[in-house]
Amino acid sequence: MLNWWLPENVSTYGADIDWLFHLVYWITGITFVLVAGALIGFLIAYRARPGRKARFTHGNATLEIVWTVVPTLILVILTMLSLPAWSRIKMHVPESDVHIRVTGKQFNWEVTYPGPDGKFDTEDDRTFDNEIHFPVGKPVVIHLRSKDVIHSFFVPSFRFKQDAVPGREIRQWFEITKPGKYEVPCAELCGFGHSGMKGWAFAHTAEDYEKWLAANVNAPAASGESPPAAGGAAPAEAKAPGKGKK
Amino acid sequence: MNATAATAHASAHAHAGPHELGFLRTYVFSTDHKMIARQFLFLGLFMMIIGGILALLVRWELAWPETPVPGMAGILKETGGIIEPSTYNMMFTMHATIMIFFVIMPILAGSFGNFLIPLMIGARDMAFPFLNMLSFWAAALAGVLMLGGFFVEGGHAAAGWTSYAPLSAVPDYTGTYWGQDLWCISLFVLGVSSMMGSINYITTVINMRAPGMKLFRMPLVVWSLFITAILLLLALPVLTSAVAMLLFDRTLGTHWFLPSGGGEPLLWQHLFWFFGHPEVYILILPAMGIASEILPVFARKPVFGYHAMAFSLIAIAFLSWVVYGHHMFVSGMNPALGMSFTITTMIIAVPSAIKTFNWLGTLWGGQIRFTVPMLNALAFVSMFVIGGLSGIFMASTPVDIFIQDTYFIVAHIHYVVFGGSIFGAFAAIYYWFPKMFGRMTNSFLGQLHFWPTFVFFNLTFFPMHIIGVGGHMRRIYNPTQYEFLLPLQHWNVFITISALCLGVAQIPFAVNFIWSLFAGKKAPVNPWQANTLEWTAPAPPPHLNWGPTLPTVFRGPYEYSSPEVEEDWLPQTRPLGRAAAAVGRH
Repeated sequence: MLNWWLPENVSTYGADIDWLFHLVYWITGITFVLVAGALIGFLIAYRARPGRKARFTHGNATLEIVWTVVPTLILVILTMLSLPAWSRIKMHVPESDVHIRVTGKQFNWEVTYPGPDGKFDTEDDRTFDNEIHFPVGKPVVIHLRSKDVIHSFFVPSFRFKQDAVPGREIRQWFEITKPGKYEVPCAELCGFGHSGMKGWAFAHTAEDYEKWLAANVNAPAASGESPPAAGGAAPAEAKAPGKGKK
Repeated sequence: MNATAATAHASAHAHAGPHELGFLRTYVFSTDHKMIARQFLFLGLFMMIIGGILALLVRWELAWPETPVPGMAGILKETGGIIEPSTYNMMFTMHATIMIFFVIMPILAGSFGNFLIPLMIGARDMAFPFLNMLSFWAAALAGVLMLGGFFVEGGHAAAGWTSYAPLSAVPDYTGTYWGQDLWCISLFVLGVSSMMGSINYITTVINMRAPGMKLFRMPLVVWSLFITAILLLLALPVLTSAVAMLLFDRTLGTHWFLPSGGGEPLLWQHLFWFFGHPEVYILILPAMGIASEILPVFARKPVFGYHAMAFSLIAIAFLSWVVYGHHMFVSGMNPALGMSFTITTMIIAVPSAIKTFNWLGTLWGGQIRFTVPMLNALAFVSMFVIGGLSGIFMASTPVDIFIQDTYFIVAHIHYVVFGGSIFGAFAAIYYWFPKMFGRMTNSFLGQLHFWPTFVFFNLTFFPMHIIGVGGHMRRIYNPTQYEFLLPLQHWNVFITISALCLGVAQIPFAVNFIWSLFAGKKAPVNPWQANTLEWTAPAPPPHLNWGPTLPTVFRGPYEYSSPEVEEDWLPQTRPLGRAAAAVGRH
C-alpha cells in the first residue's frame, strides 16, 4: 500500500532502491501483522475473568534464543542485500563525459558546464540558475558544492539525494532512462528561503542534448546578455529556457 | 556508603523526628527527591503546552499555507496572523527543542527518575540531595533562558533542533541573533543539570539499595533509569561542548564549523549525533522500563524473561554509541563509513525486538485488567512496534537515500517519541499519580483522554509515512510550491485536522490532572495490588519515605499469581517460609 505513493522511478539504480524498499516493506509489514495479531489475540483471550489465575511463568530460554536469532538473521541478510546497492550507487562513480557542477547557495542551484574544453574554472564555463540539462542513457557525474550553508540536491524520481557541504566537493552520479522535466527541491533546511528553493532537471534524448549544448554551452560567438566577466570574452547566448551567465 | 551504613544513618535521621521545614525548603528549594520529582513533572507538563501549540501552528501552515491563523492576528501583528517563513522555521525548531529537552527528558528522566529510584530500591533519598535540588533549578533556569529566546529581536533559533552548522553558526544565514545564542546557552545549562542528575541516579542505584535488593531483583524501570543515567552522563557532555563551540563560532569568531577559517561543517553533525543517538534511547528507555513495570501488574503475571529484558537494555546502551552515523548517510560523510553504520544500525533493532516479544510473552496467559495506565502502556508497546519497524527502512542505506529528510522520518520519530515516550509518560503519570500525590485520578476522564489520543495520534502520524514515501520534504514552509507535491496536499489537510483533534483530546487529561490533584479520591497505600517497594510507603510518602525501619527485600519484583500464596500478588517485602520464621523470632 505504501508503495502506491512512490514517485515514478526513471533512473537505472532507482530500481535497486525500490526493490529494497519493497523488501523492507514486506518484512516489516508481515512482522507488524504478526505482532499486532498476537497482541490483540492475547488481549481478548486473556482479559481478566473471575475465578481464573494467570499462568505463573518467568520465561522460556528456547523462545528467547529463537526470537533473538531469527531477527538477527533477517537483519543480517537485509544488510547483505543493502550494501552492494549502496556501494554501486554511492561509492563507485562511473566513467563519463558528462560532468556538471552544481553549487547550492541561499536559495538557488547554480549549474555550471565546463564548456568545450571539458575543464571547470576556465573562460568557457557556462552557468545557469536552477536548471540542469543532461542526456538520458549515459551516466551523469555531478560535482556538488555549496557556497554558504548545507543544501541537499534531491530529485525524487531519480532516487537521488546528496547533501552539498561548503568547503568540499562531492562527486555523485545518476543515469536517467526517460526524457522529461523533473523537479529538483533542496531537501536540507538552508534558511528562510529553503521552501521554494528548487530547480528543474531536463533529461534530453542524446540528439536534443547535443542541440541544447550547441546552442547554450558550446556557442562562444552567439549573442545574448553580456557577462560581466573581465577579458572581453564573447558573450554567451542565453537561449530559452536558460538565462546564461558566466 | 554501603547499604547498612546508609540504613543506620537514615534511621538515625528518622528517629530525630520530622523536623518542620519552612515553606521555601518544602516546596521550592526542596532536597526531597519526591518534591523534586513533582517539580520536574510540572515543568515538563507546562512546557508540553507550549510545544504542543507550536506543533499545531506548524500544522496549520502546512495545511493552509500562507493564510492567517485564527487567533494569531494579535501575536503576529505585522502579517495579520500569517506565519512567515522565518517564523515557521523558528516554530518547528522550538517545537522539537522544547518537546525533547523540556518535556520528555524532564518528565521521564527528571520526574520519574527522581521519584522512582529511591522508592523502588528502598532508599530514603538520593545520594546527593543538594545536588539533586541544584539539578532541578539548573533545568528551570535553562527553561527560562529557552523561553526568553521568543522575546528577543530576530526571533528564536530557526535552524532546526539539530542546528546544523554553518546555518546555525553564522547569524546572517538565518537572521536570528540572540535567539540562537540563547538556544546554545540554555542547552549548556541543561547539560550541567543533566550531569548533576545522572551522577546522583548512578550513585544511588549502586550504593543505596535496601537489604536484599540485589541488582537482579531491581524493578525493570529502575534498570532502565539506571542505564539512562549512564547514557546521560556520557552523552550530554558531548552536546554541552558542541553548543559551546557553536556559541564561540557565533560570538567569538572561532571557526570550528566554518570552512572559511578551515573548520568543518560535518564536525558539528558528528558531535551532535554522537550525542543525538544515545539521546533517542535516553527518551525511550525509561518508557520501555515503565511498560515493563505496568504490564506485569495488570496482567497479574511475572514479567516474561526478566534477565533478557535487563540484558537487552544493557545491549542497547552499548550499541547506541556506534549507530549515530545513520543520521549522516547522505551528509557527505565517506560512504564506506556509512556501510559500518548500516551493520550496527540493523543489529540494534535486535534488543528492541527481544523486548517486544517479551512484552507479548508477559501478556500471554495473563489476567489482563484494562485500567487507564495499562491502556497507555499497551499503546506504548503497539506504537513502539510501528516506530521500530519503520526505522528498518532507514537502516537500509539505499532506501535511506530516498527517504532521508522526508516526512517518513517525521513519522518515524513521532511514532517513537510520541507513540513511545509520551504514551509511556501518560502510563507512568496515571500509574504513579496515587503514590506521588496521594489521590486517585478519575478513570472515566482517563478513558476519555486515552481513546481519542490513541486514535488521533495514528490519524495524525500514520499518513506522514505516505507523504514521506511520496517525497514530501521535512521543514518546508509551503508544500504547494512544488508541483510533485500538489497531489499530496489533501493529506496535509487531513493530518492537520487530526492534529487539532489530538490537541483537543489533551483537555480531559489537563482537567483530570488538576481536578485529581485537589479533589481526587484519597489513594490507598497499594491501589493496584503491586509488589514493588514504593507501594509499601504511605501515599504520598513522607520525607525519608519509610518509618524507622527500611524495607527488607526477599524476592524479585514480579511474583504475581505465585502458587506459594493465596492472593495473586506477593510483595517483595513479604517474608515466606524460613525467612518468615526468622522474622517471627525477632
